[in-house]
Amino acid sequence: MSTIVARFRSSLGRFELDADFSLPAHGVSALFGASGSGKTTLLRLIAGLTRAPGSLSVNGEIWQDDRTFLPTHRRALGYVFQEASLFPHLSVRGNLEYGWKRVPAGERRIRFDDVIDWLGLSALLPQAPHQLSGGQRQRVAIGRALLASPRLLLMDEPLSALDSNSRAEILPYLERLHRQLELPIIYVSHALDEVARLADTLLLIDAGKISYQGPLIEGLTRLDLPLAHRDTAGTVIDTTVISHDPAFQITQVARGNIAFELPGLHAAPGEPLRVRVAARDVSLALSAPSQTSILNLLPARILEIADDAPGQMLVRLALEDTVLLARITRKSAHALNLQPGMAVVAQVKSVAVA
Amino acid sequence: MNLSASDVSAITLTLQLAAVTTLVLMLIATPLAWWLTHTQTRWRAAVTALVALPLVLPPTVLGFYLLVLLGPKGMIGQWMQQLGFDTLPFTFGGLVVGSVVFSLPFAVQPIANAFAAIGARPLEVAATLRASVWDRFWSVAVPLARPGFITAAVLAFAHTVGEFGVVLMLGGNIPGETRVLSVAIYDHVEALEYTQAHWLSAGLLVFSFGVLLMLGRHSGQWQRVPT
Repeated sequence: MSTIVARFRSSLGRFELDADFSLPAHGVSALFGASGSGKTTLLRLIAGLTRAPGSLSVNGEIWQDDRTFLPTHRRALGYVFQEASLFPHLSVRGNLEYGWKRVPAGERRIRFDDVIDWLGLSALLPQAPHQLSGGQRQRVAIGRALLASPRLLLMDEPLSALDSNSRAEILPYLERLHRQLELPIIYVSHALDEVARLADTLLLIDAGKISYQGPLIEGLTRLDLPLAHRDTAGTVIDTTVISHDPAFQITQVARGNIAFELPGLHAAPGEPLRVRVAARDVSLALSAPSQTSILNLLPARILEIADDAPGQMLVRLALEDTVLLARITRKSAHALNLQPGMAVVAQVKSVAVA
Repeated sequence: MNLSASDVSAITLTLQLAAVTTLVLMLIATPLAWWLTHTQTRWRAAVTALVALPLVLPPTVLGFYLLVLLGPKGMIGQWMQQLGFDTLPFTFGGLVVGSVVFSLPFAVQPIANAFAAIGARPLEVAATLRASVWDRFWSVAVPLARPGFITAAVLAFAHTVGEFGVVLMLGGNIPGETRVLSVAIYDHVEALEYTQAHWLSAGLLVFSFGVLLMLGRHSGQWQRVPT
């Protein structure tokens, strides 16, 4: 049930853009690639800010094909730029109302006050953009885009111009955005941690070509794709918080029959929590050791094995309905005689909140 | 002050001319400046140079060509006669045309600079927020370019008040019709009426200084190097 179907071909100076992809109608699709790989260009093509031959339909509505080119202002989209780009001649309220006023009342899909509450903007309304911090400005820009009642939200590295404090301030809002709105989001980023935290679907772009499109976890862990071979490679697992252990400051989370314990108290029992497991923090054993400092021992099955950095191998493991990545030495793989299909015990040294 | 009735009429006429010229210039310079800052055509450089010509040409050259063009034998003059109008030289209308051409760069350049300074981003943002081209122009470009409009209007007005050559070539010296302040001063000097010439000249000097002072404060032209 893809509802965003796009195909663009164009020569763009340094490289040929050749992008053919379809995205689901909900959730966050991360458009991930190196600087200069064509991410922003692709986003601008979707918005109609840049023109190139191609076709694009969103929810069955044709935005571009051989005969049609809807100008940007007639596309029901929201666009959050890298810099907040608030209108300096308008107050925060004026900025928020700019798109809101231009959508006929009957077509509005979101309430003004909800957006204000939800992004915590009420105290900022009378202020001028130059009085705000970077994080506040980007929050206003997100609110302004949402108030234009988009059917597709485009975000071009919305956190990259912010310092780490402001990033930490905005990320929870983005997560809530994702959970509370039935709105497909295309999120451009070159920061893997943001993608791992927010995305459901991954679109890898490399020199103007889409090299992978599909579920996030597969994109992170498939051994024939570049992300699995990064230093920081790993996987994410969507879990539910089961309980807290205040004495040891441990949070217990679970997904089906697999359970993890992670240090620190996170979220409330019953709430969803996405956790991240780095490949270098997973080791393998043929049977469960009896005495170990490692809390998380999980029965898994080997899916595939591939060479990694010199002397190292990557093992992709099935863990119930999800996937785990382990980085081990070639020597250990040889000693244990690891083969695809084998049952092993994954020892997960550390699990972190994504 | 001992201003004669003809001096007062020259001052009034000058202010009327400056006001009408400024109004016409804003209407012409705004779309022209917008076009210059947004067009992709290779004619852009040529048009920019054409608009800037009055900055370097002697006003007499400009006045001469306008006189030829607008006169009864000129292209525009003949065309106007065919349409049943009087020709423009030696009328107030002719002065307005001459002043508009003469002050065009003073109006176009500040507005074009202001449009260019806005950059593409705010207009793109407005487009993603459902604003059409026309809507973006009025709701984003015009408010953001306001300092440019103010500078353009003030410069156009002041420059028109101070013009001499084009007026003399195109308008002559008809009291109450085309006899503006600068021409009146010239006449006084010719007639050795230095007192009257002093009064009008000093008035113009103070006016011009005041305008530039205001403009400098307002727009921060020729800013100091930050210390």
